[in-house]
Amino acid sequence: MPHAVSRRAALLGAAATSGSLLFAGGNAGAQQKPSELRVGITTFLSGPASVFGVPARQAADLLFEEINRAGGIGGIPVRPFYVDEGPGTDHLVGEYRRLVQNEGVHIIFASISSGSCLACTPLSDEMRKTTLLWDCGTQRIFEEGKHPYAFRTQGYGTPEILAPLLYLLKTKPDFRTLAVINQDYAWGRDSWELWKAGMDALKPGVRVVAELFPRFNSTDFSTEITRMLALRPDVILSTSWGGELVTLIRQASERRLLDRSTFVLPVAEASLQQLGRAMPQGHVIGARGDHWNNHPKPKDPARFQRFVDSYRQRHNEYPIYPCHHMAQAIAAMQAGFARAIEAKGGGWPNDQELANAFRGLTFDSPTSTITLREDGQGLEDQIVGLSSFTDRFPFAVPKDMVIFPAAMVSTPVGQKSVDWLKTLKPDMLAQVPAPIAG
Amino acid sequence: MGQWFAENGLLIGLALLDGLAYAALVFMVAVGLNMVFGVLRIVNVAHGSLFAIGAYAAASIGLFLASLGLPPIAGFAALLLAAALVGGILGPLIERLVLRRIYGQEEVLQLLVTFALFMILEDVQKLIWGVQPIFQDAPMKALGTVDVPFGEDVIPFTAYQLFVLPGVALATLAGLAWFLRRTLTGRVIVAVTTDKEAAMAMGIDAAKVTLLTFTFGAALAALGGALASPTTSLVPGIGAQTIVLSFAVVATAGLGQIEGAAISALMIGLGRSIAVYLAPEFEVVVPYLIMVAVLLIRPQGLFGRLETRRV
Amino acid sequence: MSASDRDAPGVAAPRPSMRLPEAGLALAGAAALVLAAWAVPWLKFVLTIALAKGVAVLGILLLLRAGQVSFGHSMFLAVGAYTVAFLAPAVPEALLLLPLGALLGGLLGLVIGLFIVRYRDIFFSMLNLALSMVLYSLLEKLYDLTKGTDGIRVSALTFAGAVPDRETQEWVMFGLALALALGFGLLVRAYLASPMGRALAGIKTRETRLEFMGVSARRVLLFAYVFSAVMGGAAGTLVAMTTRHVTPQLAYWTSSGELVFIAILGGAGSALGPFLGATAFELVRVYAAAAVADAWQMILGGVLLLVILFAPGGLWGMLTSRLRGRA
Repeated sequence: MPHAVSRRAALLGAAATSGSLLFAGGNAGAQQKPSELRVGITTFLSGPASVFGVPARQAADLLFEEINRAGGIGGIPVRPFYVDEGPGTDHLVGEYRRLVQNEGVHIIFASISSGSCLACTPLSDEMRKTTLLWDCGTQRIFEEGKHPYAFRTQGYGTPEILAPLLYLLKTKPDFRTLAVINQDYAWGRDSWELWKAGMDALKPGVRVVAELFPRFNSTDFSTEITRMLALRPDVILSTSWGGELVTLIRQASERRLLDRSTFVLPVAEASLQQLGRAMPQGHVIGARGDHWNNHPKPKDPARFQRFVDSYRQRHNEYPIYPCHHMAQAIAAMQAGFARAIEAKGGGWPNDQELANAFRGLTFDSPTSTITLREDGQGLEDQIVGLSSFTDRFPFAVPKDMVIFPAAMVSTPVGQKSVDWLKTLKPDMLAQVPAPIAG
Repeated sequence: MGQWFAENGLLIGLALLDGLAYAALVFMVAVGLNMVFGVLRIVNVAHGSLFAIGAYAAASIGLFLASLGLPPIAGFAALLLAAALVGGILGPLIERLVLRRIYGQEEVLQLLVTFALFMILEDVQKLIWGVQPIFQDAPMKALGTVDVPFGEDVIPFTAYQLFVLPGVALATLAGLAWFLRRTLTGRVIVAVTTDKEAAMAMGIDAAKVTLLTFTFGAALAALGGALASPTTSLVPGIGAQTIVLSFAVVATAGLGQIEGAAISALMIGLGRSIAVYLAPEFEVVVPYLIMVAVLLIRPQGLFGRLETRRV
Repeated sequence: MSASDRDAPGVAAPRPSMRLPEAGLALAGAAALVLAAWAVPWLKFVLTIALAKGVAVLGILLLLRAGQVSFGHSMFLAVGAYTVAFLAPAVPEALLLLPLGALLGGLLGLVIGLFIVRYRDIFFSMLNLALSMVLYSLLEKLYDLTKGTDGIRVSALTFAGAVPDRETQEWVMFGLALALALGFGLLVRAYLASPMGRALAGIKTRETRLEFMGVSARRVLLFAYVFSAVMGGAAGTLVAMTTRHVTPQLAYWTSSGELVFIAILGGAGSALGPFLGATAFELVRVYAAAAVADAWQMILGGVLLLVILFAPGGLWGMLTSRLRGRA
């Protein structure tokens, strides 16, 4: 048996070698139109974050099939190469190189985890490979350096935190105390820093009674909940997501913490199906964007409905926000290639020409229009509302929704988010659009 | 100091209640690991996977029973059923097909075989239950909450957390102590734990004892998982976390010690809860610090016996 | 397969008759790696990591000779890696960072070693595990210093003062890893053949007799432990300089498990084993991940299980039994 294994490894190695040699030959000539458009996609297929990664991959498969049925992109079929972010960053950067050097991908969709994005983006500079940051939220990417080949096709931490903060200040302006319970990693820490800076500028004097950062992937929050029950803060902020958010809400609602304090949950959307009726009403919920199932006025309702329906038909559940972020990245890719091919008069773009096409690109998502700014950051609207139940869905959806235009809640180009948030003035609240019943 | 206690004493009291429930869960997993080590002399890394699979199985069975229209209390039956099924099927399967082949081999090989099983079982969980969080909290909800007075205020705790978890852990401890000391099978297990060669020389069927012990240990891990399932969401990766914590408990206790496992689980559970109040930054490090500290003072663990060195 | 292979990694001391093929195999292996790295540009990266891990696994191999399994050895790897990550902005010179990482790894090894050599078997394993988990938790928790689970990106490096382009740098790192692998491999071989090295086997079988002979078992083990920590630190710097991004994951217990995995996969019978194992491990991992992205762990676990059950001498054992069969 072990002999067979080693032989197979050798065969695989040989196959890969010949593949890469073939590729080396193919790449040497001028930019010929390839036989297929190869897309490298990094996503979580293992570990706790696979609750985001796997649905996103399912959405990608669905959309690629659709695209290929309709003739592909630029007349050639699209072929995805998935890479697991689960094994860690050192594995991922190797996989990124493999995608570029061995599989010969034309474009890469990078990463759910902010850590993965921070590792992959400099690689996109080095290897000059257009990289769409399709889900990660860290504001550090474009604020701490220029990345000519990287573009983020959705919003990011600052608007995703500022929108719920403005919503809270607008709807429950009287709170005096606040506690935070976030996952102990970059998103949990960074999102709290953003919130704190914004809150201190817009409503000075709120007392923070507890800053809790239970370890990433915790399964038990009972001690933290006890502490918050004893402290009785008016508001509890948590940017947690996935299984941890589900656990936190279940444990907290069972012990009536959600009766005592108003929760603000900027990443709630992806967990609401799991929570079902267990999610209490009247808490502030966000979706890292505007793609709620009960979006009051999607730009293209038929396209939105078609995507939701075909996803539901195949997977027996509603798509969650990572699915929508994947759809946005794919829409951006279609628009970007179309623009690049057009700019070249029908010719196939090289890496530089492809990247050029994405700068300042505007594309349609089913719900809205997204523009990629000159620094690479996408402008995506944010919808925040209060959790409530309707007859349409067996899980909580927002009511009294406010659509925050992306430009209003995003840091201007060239500024750092925390510095910008500190300059906000309370009169900003006057600009918040009126809520829509939903 | 007095001032400090007046302000924080009540909070520490609350922390103890949380720590107790946590310690109970940790004990359930650690005690099985410890028994298996006692008899097989193998540190079973895959023990954490059995915990995870027990939890998933309990949730699935619970959801199935609920879909039949049975009352929420039937969820408790699901917990026991899951433990029995996982222990009864996976236990013998692993022991017979894999572990049996490596008895008497080097320790590192035995350790790694279970590490390989751990890697395989991690993916098996994903294939069966997917990656979306699963939860089934009917048993916890069925019992409601208890208000614990806190100054002028009350703090609601779930009755499940306050009574069921520590209760089952205590019952397991007492049951095990009785089984190991008062029944023939139990005494045989103790005999093999103490001195395998002598036990075999006296005609004890070691193969049978190892099979029995491993199955039993697997069932305990699965029961721990099943008990934890109503309080948490089941997601990939819970096994890896659980096992490394149980290692700390077992090493602190001294290998093969049942009561020791209970006491060190208590120390680690309470230590962690108190850390959440006093030094939340160090909550995660506490179990390992306790373990290192104990082993520095007592190299064989709190209750372990010093083994004679080979001559 | 001969009986001596069956009973184990670690037991068989290198036999004189095996010397020649071992050196020849090492050279042939090195040549094959260079060829592979040249033919498939991307493999250069994978093989550099494999060589680095192989260096760390040499340390595991030393301890295995004494019958001890460190289930926390990746903490030294993490020390080396974080040394690079922390110091690179101030001292970007790779040729300085490398010995510095090795030195710091060795220092930590000395501090821990001073008390850990009193422990044997499972307690030795578990203490190492606990200490590595302490380091892991601290790296994860002290967010302001370490950026938590996101890790630190390693800033640009210089090599002997020069800043090579990407392609050249990849070759430099590969060459560095290969040179260190050969260097440490030779050192380990010489050490294992020395009286200090031979005494390690004594700890495994008859520790008390060792002491009757006036040899301090603790001192013997301490030396091996520190040596292995130095190699762990050096390997960590190589990993950090190659991936250019370090995360606490490096110190997690499963990473240590991987190192032991590689030691067994390669076979502990020779200083070549770790490199055989590491290369096979990394290749299986990347190809399994490419073929079935969501079940690569199961494939690795399966390979490990098969090797232990059917070829406990590891790849090295398979190789030598083949060669011997042919001779």
